[in-house]
Amino acid sequence: MTSNHLNATFAALADPTRRAILARLASGEASVMELAAPFAMSQPAISKHLKVLQGAGLISRGRDAQRRPCRLEAQPLAEATGWLVKYRELWEGNFQRLDALLDELKAGPKKPASTKR
Amino acid sequence: MANARTLQVTTPTDREIMITRSFDAPRRLVFDAWTKPELIKRWLVGPEGWTMPVCEIDLRVGGAYRFVWRKTDGAEMGMRGVYREIVAPERIVGTELFDMDWTGGETVSTIVLAEQGGKTTLTQTVLYSSKEARDGALRSNMTEGMESSYARLDAVLVTARDTKGAA
Repeated sequence: MTSNHLNATFAALADPTRRAILARLASGEASVMELAAPFAMSQPAISKHLKVLQGAGLISRGRDAQRRPCRLEAQPLAEATGWLVKYRELWEGNFQRLDALLDELKAGPKKPASTKR
Repeated sequence: MANARTLQVTTPTDREIMITRSFDAPRRLVFDAWTKPELIKRWLVGPEGWTMPVCEIDLRVGGAYRFVWRKTDGAEMGMRGVYREIVAPERIVGTELFDMDWTGGETVSTIVLAEQGGKTTLTQTVLYSSKEARDGALRSNMTEGMESSYARLDAVLVTARDTKGAA
């Protein structure tokens, strides 16, 4: 996972049309025409969105010159959410450790070396 | 009580993220835990497998701090900053900059500790260099406010995995 990858992934996901395209592709590959059908958008407009998704590695295009079907690539999404889950765990873990530390400090401040002889 | 301890995340302005969390301890102890290296190293260590080998703090206005975390495989992550305001035990303001700069430039963190009945409410406000920088960081933070859009994303992912697996 690199931060650039994540930036591209999150930027691509920031747009509702692109998320809808991904949701559609989750149920199987589709051509640009098929993808454009449910949206009030021209094929060139959809193609622009597809380029962003392709640039982020979220989809790939088939080689068939006529149809060039789009396919969902799940790996970058899995990396993105994996990282999010880790971020949340990090802070939850940190604060739970802080809770435990505060309990210990409250229970009785351990006198530092100065009290030892 | 469990609810009071839940991490709350809000966006008071275009450039800020505010985090609130309660602790069952007087603020003097919470302040110590945020400012004394030997205490910080015991909790601000991140996920399993990470330690905090470097935690240097010059706790005065204009004083610098330096944190470095290290994973068992040798990976390192560092951040540094300078203190701008210190009012013990209630307020700490300082700059923050990660070595990898994933926050779109330096941020300014303000920590306020409010004590009531022996419990402390911590409010940390992070001010980003721009709305874009803030939104970038917010997108990469799993927060309650983002829960619905990420729930949608989760659904996409689950379907994507199933589709992949079946193909």
